[in-house]
Amino acid sequence: MKLLAQIGRYFLLMKRAFSRPEKFSVLYRQTMREMEKTGINSFSIVVIISLFVGAVITIQTNYNIENPLLPNYLIGVTVRDSLLLEFSSTMVALILAGKVGSSIASELGMMRVTEQIDAMEVMGINSASYLILPKMIATVLFFPVLCLLSIIVGLAGGYFSCVLGDVIPPSDFIEGIQYGFRPYYISYALTKTAFYAFIITSVSSYFGYYVVGGAVEVGKSSTRAVVQSSILILMANLILTRTILQ
Amino acid sequence: MIEVKNLYKSYDGEFVLNDVSARFEQGKCNLIIGRSGSGKTVLLKSIAGLLEVDEGEIWYNDHKFSHLDTNAKQHIRKEMGVLFQGAALFDSLTVEENVLFPLDMLTSQNKKEKLDRINFCLERVKVSGSNSLYPAELSGGMRKRVAIARAIALNPRYLLCDEPNSGLDPETGIVIDNLIRELTEEFNMTTIVNSHDMNSVLEIGDKIIFIYQGCKCWEGTRQEILQTNNEALNNFVFATNMAKQIKNQ
Repeated sequence: MKLLAQIGRYFLLMKRAFSRPEKFSVLYRQTMREMEKTGINSFSIVVIISLFVGAVITIQTNYNIENPLLPNYLIGVTVRDSLLLEFSSTMVALILAGKVGSSIASELGMMRVTEQIDAMEVMGINSASYLILPKMIATVLFFPVLCLLSIIVGLAGGYFSCVLGDVIPPSDFIEGIQYGFRPYYISYALTKTAFYAFIITSVSSYFGYYVVGGAVEVGKSSTRAVVQSSILILMANLILTRTILQ
Repeated sequence: MIEVKNLYKSYDGEFVLNDVSARFEQGKCNLIIGRSGSGKTVLLKSIAGLLEVDEGEIWYNDHKFSHLDTNAKQHIRKEMGVLFQGAALFDSLTVEENVLFPLDMLTSQNKKEKLDRINFCLERVKVSGSNSLYPAELSGGMRKRVAIARAIALNPRYLLCDEPNSGLDPETGIVIDNLIRELTEEFNMTTIVNSHDMNSVLEIGDKIIFIYQGCKCWEGTRQEILQTNNEALNNFVFATNMAKQIKNQ
């Protein structure tokens, strides 16, 4: 019953968040701010993680398929597909759930406990729309950019490991990442990322918006937001993979 | 004028407000007083529409606020200024942006008009010159002043203040109280102030309502409060031994 009530409250919050904003100029300004806060500020973590993971996948793939009968370029193919199909969308989303999700939940939670959300409400402003909608638009538009960045940097990481670590000849790696390339995989990764962005933002906003209590509860809601977002991302991954790749 | 009629509000079957009726006059400072946990904040938040009451009516002049739909409530809320206990300034915005916020969201004024209004409000509460500071850089008294400036930015007809001088020293508290009284008279607002501070009661209480265990226990003026025989009120007003001795003399 409690779960049903929570789901109902989540959808009611989404309904309020997606209602007509007070002013489109304010929505635009807030969305740009959120893009900077949630998107641009996540560049460094995405770059660092993708670079190292790309390199590690290359080394591990080479280690696992060290067979003279298999051509070297297959390593490039495997790294590319691993990044495109799973890492740069799902794994990056899980990382962003930790970084962006906890930030959203704690920001809204603090606003709730310090009565800033109440202050908006008594002014006659739809606080859900003002606070949550720009975050949704910003993440749904910007996380796919981060996904693309992750793919590029991950492949660069793989390439560098070939150059610096002498894993396979770099030309074989380049050949591999071009071999049998299906552009559809990119749209698949970007579509998944957009869904994940929605999950991260809406779930984290929900947990932050309805905090009751003080600093301890804000911390708890932030943790809950990350855990629930991560579980939902994994469930969505299964559903989207079944649906899109069928 | 704001009027509440037979308000009931309960949590887990326990009444926090029990048949509270009161009338808050325009152009006056109406005080709700009572011990911590007596139901003052619940009453004020119910009046502001932040809490739904179980039963009863809340009237803003001719509008039955408690029975309006969300859109209609929004219209009345735009005529409402609320000062929260902790000021509730937006952390990520500067002083100027905090006062600009309601103007930006709810009016179609041009940039110059908004800036003039911001400067007027900040000057009126005597915090001009701190436009670019963030709330974290302000003292408690200044935060309250900025919160008042934000509350009056839209020329409200109703001003609701929840313990405006909590956390302030008595002198600064009186300054804030007097500011609220001056603004009430200047803009002819209906002002409701929640307080458990006797300095406020004696300084600005044009009309006082005493809430005791969720019920309205007494109603009167600041002159009458010192002569009342109401035991619960006397225990509240003359809480210290020294005050009791003075009363008995």
